[in-house]
Amino acid sequence: MTFASKSPRPSGPAGRPAVAGRPNAAGPAASPAADAVPAPGPTARSAPLHSPPSSRARRRRGTWGWAGTPYLFLAVPILLLVLFTYIPVGNMFWYSLTSWDGLDKTKEFVGIDNYVAVFTRPELFKVFFVSLYYLGGSFVQMVLALYFATILSFSTRFRNVFKGILFFPYLINGVAIGLIFTYFFKAGGTLDTILHLVNADALIQQWTGNPDIVNFSLAGASVWRYMGLNFVLFLGAIQSIPGQIYEAAELDGANRWHQFRYIIAPSIKPIIGLSFILAVSGSLAVFEIPFIMTGGANGSMTFVIKTVDMAFQFSKVGLASAMAVVLLAIVLLLTWLQRTIIPDEKVNLT
Amino acid sequence: MFPHTRRTRIVAATAIASLIGLTAACSSSGDGGSGSTDPEVISGDITVLTWRTDLVEDGTFDGYKAAFEKAYPDVTVEFEGITDYEGEVRTRMNTKEYGDVLGIPNTVTPAQLPDFFEPLGKVDELEKTYRFLRDKTYDGLSYGIPVVGNTQGIVYNKTVWKEAGITEVPTTSEEFLADLALVKATGSIPLYTNYKDGWPLTQWESHRGSISADPEYQNKMTVSDAPWAEGTDHFVIDSLLWDSVNQGYTEADPTSTNWEESKALLATGDISAMALGSWAISQMQQAATDAGQDASIIGYMPFPHQTDGQFYASVGGDYNQAINVNSTHKAAARAWIDWFNTESGFAEAQGGLSPLKDGPTPSTLVDFETLGVEYVAQNPGVEGEESLLNDIDNEAEIGLFAPEYRQRLVDSARGATDETKEQIFDDLNARWAAARASIG
Repeated sequence: MTFASKSPRPSGPAGRPAVAGRPNAAGPAASPAADAVPAPGPTARSAPLHSPPSSRARRRRGTWGWAGTPYLFLAVPILLLVLFTYIPVGNMFWYSLTSWDGLDKTKEFVGIDNYVAVFTRPELFKVFFVSLYYLGGSFVQMVLALYFATILSFSTRFRNVFKGILFFPYLINGVAIGLIFTYFFKAGGTLDTILHLVNADALIQQWTGNPDIVNFSLAGASVWRYMGLNFVLFLGAIQSIPGQIYEAAELDGANRWHQFRYIIAPSIKPIIGLSFILAVSGSLAVFEIPFIMTGGANGSMTFVIKTVDMAFQFSKVGLASAMAVVLLAIVLLLTWLQRTIIPDEKVNLT
Repeated sequence: MFPHTRRTRIVAATAIASLIGLTAACSSSGDGGSGSTDPEVISGDITVLTWRTDLVEDGTFDGYKAAFEKAYPDVTVEFEGITDYEGEVRTRMNTKEYGDVLGIPNTVTPAQLPDFFEPLGKVDELEKTYRFLRDKTYDGLSYGIPVVGNTQGIVYNKTVWKEAGITEVPTTSEEFLADLALVKATGSIPLYTNYKDGWPLTQWESHRGSISADPEYQNKMTVSDAPWAEGTDHFVIDSLLWDSVNQGYTEADPTSTNWEESKALLATGDISAMALGSWAISQMQQAATDAGQDASIIGYMPFPHQTDGQFYASVGGDYNQAINVNSTHKAAARAWIDWFNTESGFAEAQGGLSPLKDGPTPSTLVDFETLGVEYVAQNPGVEGEESLLNDIDNEAEIGLFAPEYRQRLVDSARGATDETKEQIFDDLNARWAAARASIG
């Protein structure tokens, strides 16, 4: 451990800013990627946002630059954030207290009526049941991601090619993925053709038509899409473990499993915690894939599709806004619970 | 009255591309329109929002633009094709910028019309020239004129039905189901629901009023606590859909249907029939021609029901063109609407009923003419209550023109849910009655 040019703490850039920078529940996975992608290894972590206070003090005393300069730079992103996130959320909260239909010139104030409706109408909450399929899917997704991340963190042949292949689906636009899987699952589509080629015709199903299967199919598409994100998060964390530790472990006679169990798993615990939160909030807010593939028909209705229907099909923007606020509250609550129950431990391998 | 959003689905990218093209073609603005109707005096730049992105693409609208600008030399007209027309225009109507001329989105209730659109005149006056106006009137004033009128029926492949040995057009639901059985024996899908795309299922709703042949049917719904009771139009329409699915006459996996594909499949005879408005006939004929068939294989039959030995089919306006109340070139906008309806030949080109009172019967509806089908148009609600039907429907969250309501019927009929047809009808009746009570 003498050549400690690499930082020993793996919980850094990929994890923390992802939570802080996540603007709302609707885009659960957007910003972590932006933070995670350019940080494959520890060298890319000269993040200025995390510069310790001492450096700021030094800058103020420096010969060039004015004390307000950082705030000037901050003003632009903050302005955008306020304009496109906080003002719309504020508006949404205001709509949720009205019976507005999305068009009327006047917005009639109805107090908490919409919230009462959300909590007293079981059919609005029942759709959260569908989220369980996606939650189950996200555990499969995390296990797969961890498996691939571990394998590819060792020196595997063609590892960069595999990394690219595994991460690629996450880069595809969600609508395109919906269309791809629409053709994949349709009667006589890609999946059926493959099953036919391998003489497994008995396995052919109505993948989206059978109400017992549809949610598994959709959750499967979701796993395919987001596995790459989990994979990159895990890989980033694993690669920030200094190589000397493995070396030392090998000298002590540890095999690959031991290395995973006693070095990798404990080091990436914070990232696993983060992925867990993303999984829960993501599965509550599932939208694109079922919306494109089934439109919520055939028992695949999710809470967000229901919200959209309420606003644009039945012109109840007030009630729909209340539903969106409730969803936001649930996600915040779960995040808070998770952080209370599983506190952020400092990982120390040395 | 007969919404059919996204009947022509064009990818958003092409719409954006055309938008860029339109912006590039923008010229400097002229001055405001005056009250005169003299083509020499009317001037200004107007923007027309249109849902027919396909016609913007293929240059049809460029032809209209050239002809109109020839008649009104000081007016420049630009088109803005919008793919998600309903959703996008409704949102834009919260600002003042929603074009000068636009089609009234279907979710705008009659009571909201005066807030957003310029009145075009007294409906009684306008009806001397136009028809199908009643849908977009409020307090005796007309706010929009339909670009074309639609009637409702079932479009079918004549060759397939002939091969199945059917010679007579069915006159009852039972006969229709028996015919579907004969068609199924030929290996064709007898009836295609287009469940996945959703909106084609809403076409079934447009048959309301044609079963009872009652122009007051819609208004009677607003005073009924059980619009799905046995014998009502909704009962007959929804039962036919339910029975067709239940007896296996529709596609095996309704969740993986595809609208564009279905047109070609009807032309080749892999699908034998679909319930769609008359606007679909010309599209199906085009598909038949594209598939190397003759356009005449596409037939059109009324809903299989007769009142006193007579077929009835409901009629109504398509999208209604209206003037933005905030427009600064209202005279030019009005000139466009009148020109479009009287001079452009749009309705004939689309194979639809002309919005003009004495317009010609289109060749696409020759089957209806042979059968002597009578048209029924629904009367609007009494003055001040024009929005009642919409309001009850929204409050009940049934969505008469929303896909979910009939997707639920299809799911129940194919055994994907445990509900029976009776349970669904009871539930719909209960929700309707409750909504009516709460709106009072």
